[in-house]
Amino acid sequence: MKSKLNASNAVVAVVCAALVLLPVYSAVTGNIFILTLFTRIIIFALAASSLNLMMGYGGMMSFGHAAYLGIGGYAVGILAAEGIGSGFIQWPVALAVSALFALVIGALSLRTRGVYFIMITLAFAQMAYYVASALSRYGGDDGLTIYKRSTFDGLINLSDRTQFYYLCLACLFGGVYLIWRIVNSRFGLVVQGVRSNEQRMQAIGFPAYRYRLTCFVIAGTICGLAGALLANNTDFVSPAVMYWTRSGDLMVMVILGGMGSLFGPLIGAIVYLVLEELLSQFTEYWALIMGPLLLLIVLFARGGIMGLLGRVRRG
Amino acid sequence: MFLLIEQLLNGLQFGLLLFLLAAGLTLVFGIMDFVNLAHGSLYMMGAYFAATFVGWTGSFVLGAVLALAATLLLGIALEFVALRHLYGRDHLDQVLATFGLILFFNDMVRLIWGPAGLALPLPTWLTTPVQLLPGVYYPAYRLSIIIVALLVAAMLYLVVMRTRIGMLIRAGASNREMAGALGINIKLLFTLVFGLGAALAGLAGLMQAPILTVQIGMGENILILAFVIIVIGGIGSIRGAFLAAIFVGIIDTLGRAFLPDLLRTVLSGAAASTAAPALSSMLIYLLMAIVLVLRPEGLFPAAKR
Amino acid sequence: MADPLLRVDNLVRRFGGILATDNLSLEVPRGELHAIIGPNGAGKTTLISQLTGQLMPNSGTIHFAGRDVTRLPSYRRSRLGLARSFQITSLLKDFSAIDNVALAAQAHDGHSFRFWGNARKEKHLRDTARAALERVGLGSRADVLVSELSHGEQRELELAVALATKPQLLLLDEPMAGLGVTESARMVTLLKELRKEFTIVLVEHDMEAVFALADRITVLVYGRVIACDTPDAIRRHEEVKRAYLGEQHAVTRQGGPIG
Repeated sequence: MKSKLNASNAVVAVVCAALVLLPVYSAVTGNIFILTLFTRIIIFALAASSLNLMMGYGGMMSFGHAAYLGIGGYAVGILAAEGIGSGFIQWPVALAVSALFALVIGALSLRTRGVYFIMITLAFAQMAYYVASALSRYGGDDGLTIYKRSTFDGLINLSDRTQFYYLCLACLFGGVYLIWRIVNSRFGLVVQGVRSNEQRMQAIGFPAYRYRLTCFVIAGTICGLAGALLANNTDFVSPAVMYWTRSGDLMVMVILGGMGSLFGPLIGAIVYLVLEELLSQFTEYWALIMGPLLLLIVLFARGGIMGLLGRVRRG
Repeated sequence: MFLLIEQLLNGLQFGLLLFLLAAGLTLVFGIMDFVNLAHGSLYMMGAYFAATFVGWTGSFVLGAVLALAATLLLGIALEFVALRHLYGRDHLDQVLATFGLILFFNDMVRLIWGPAGLALPLPTWLTTPVQLLPGVYYPAYRLSIIIVALLVAAMLYLVVMRTRIGMLIRAGASNREMAGALGINIKLLFTLVFGLGAALAGLAGLMQAPILTVQIGMGENILILAFVIIVIGGIGSIRGAFLAAIFVGIIDTLGRAFLPDLLRTVLSGAAASTAAPALSSMLIYLLMAIVLVLRPEGLFPAAKR
Repeated sequence: MADPLLRVDNLVRRFGGILATDNLSLEVPRGELHAIIGPNGAGKTTLISQLTGQLMPNSGTIHFAGRDVTRLPSYRRSRLGLARSFQITSLLKDFSAIDNVALAAQAHDGHSFRFWGNARKEKHLRDTARAALERVGLGSRADVLVSELSHGEQRELELAVALATKPQLLLLDEPMAGLGVTESARMVTLLKELRKEFTIVLVEHDMEAVFALADRITVLVYGRVIACDTPDAIRRHEEVKRAYLGEQHAVTRQGGPIG
């Protein structure tokens, strides 16, 4: 991570500044909608960033990442439904359950490679989806309404839009910072080395499997946090957040923004969700435009938006 | 006992239908190394075309034939306009691009046919039950699905194993450069294979249409099942896809039919009725996970490239 | 009589019906440069892969430094001091040269479950890496991406990576494959230096280099050892001449064999 002044860094800096100042704009103009939209975007950006750690740096193409959104969300929702409203309990549980789930499915999935890996992660996410659908005590198919957001002993009030927004933003920046540290750490170099050439890494003395599995678990845990935030944001959690098309959305955000670039997923999430919002205001059939757009991006903009910006610099 | 036979037949029917879908997917995947998520959309389009054409012509068979032709053309057009530019790309790129196509097709259908589902009524000659064994009746339509799908499977086998085209397809699958060096027009071959896969998906869609409602998103669930099948069967292997499809069809159907009662014998009534639907939906994925954990390349891996 | 550093007993490896390694036994004492030669398809790379643990033998044993390593995965063998270079260059392409070497050093410097500190700023890893790069003559190319290095430089980097793992035994799989005349000469000079310090098993097609460097030579044909002796004795060995050296030697001189 070299701190040079170039197009992509400039864009990232502007975007981050705008995100920090957004609540001010919202308060001045009275535009509440934009604050709720961006709260959602930030949460998805956190989820996409965690997927990026795994996919972009670790080379593990998980097609089941939305499962952790659901797991984190259900941890909060179920505890709330059982009368445990404290975030100090809900959130650690959400993280722990996500980590455990990631540990189990990662341990099994990482035996496979390539498309088989994509499919087996998908299969596990679908299982989680069906389990959630069967939780009739907690809403089953229809989902579970959360009547009271997580409480933090008066430390922070999640029902206050601005406070919640800043909490989400802090989680995102914290998450990205953590990922940045990881990527440049010993561990991060090993994981990236394994992505590049697993056999070579084994030959120079690294047990690749353990490192990949650890990376898998870290990514799942961060996404579980995003799930806890998402459930609080919508006051609701349902199996639909775990459906495979949700995992597809997360992948799209990562690739759209630029895989293996630190802020790529944030940019991807903003572009994808803002576009979705704009197009759906303009026409009910927004996917008619979004779909071909994705195709064009794949065909003509390899490396995503960050890749494009990188090319601008080189002229 | 009769119930078991009926459910076994239902499972076979569902499995054969899945095979039609999986065969196209595994051909495209195995030969062109192309992951096509939009395969489910072609299945959906087959169903919508059928509902429309049967309505126009008033004849089920004529409508079905027209729908089949339409899906074939749609598949070829899709390959020609978009997908051929994605061969040789990362699987991830292909996943992303065809994910975009799913979005597109779903909204396209919504725009043209509206958000509500369609029904495709059967002609009376297909609704009467047929007596298979003394006392065992089975719906004529489901039986005809079994027959048609078996015929198609047999034809597919003959085409792939016994004809020149099939030889080219297999050559293309095992060694693309070699096939190119032999002067085979790879581009044309790929377009043909893709069209064939699309037609098979369309056939599955239009045959399934009278049993389920024709609706948006119908392709997505079943697409994942088809992927499960080719992964279990081993990517690129038609034989593997056939066996895995029937296996999956039967397991899934029997699971849904008998698991609730089975669970009730070990669990309390409430617990069983909670667990059963989830467990029977999960069964297939569980199966795939077990297969992959034990055999990371599927049960019948095709020859290495 | 000291134990040999590497001892292979009755190694067998089949691929389908083909015997790629046929009841092969081999001893390499400490300090030796032991060359393995043989025509294409003789099973040289298969042997190396079994020695390093990328491939498991069907039967037989491998002892390294007095320890049975037959069933150890490759990363454990690397930790014991067994390093290999790959015939087809196998580096981390999107990393710089020094990153490649530093990672090798990192693998032998405690565990790498460290998530916070910047690994590129760990001085002792960088110093070790730099020293290994200097050793193979790549000191000035440390920060260049592997994908931008020339083929010859990549071969040298392969060696530097192996050196950075502090090996007791270097298994070099055709280090000269695809090198030009001057590059080959440089590699031979380098190997002459390295052999003073390390025990080396060298698989190589370049016969001039092999006969100039080796203490002993093992000749493989169809996975079997048909001779194992000093270079002079091998030159005179009738069966070797018949089976291999006669025509192959001439081929090698003309254009170099295909990996």
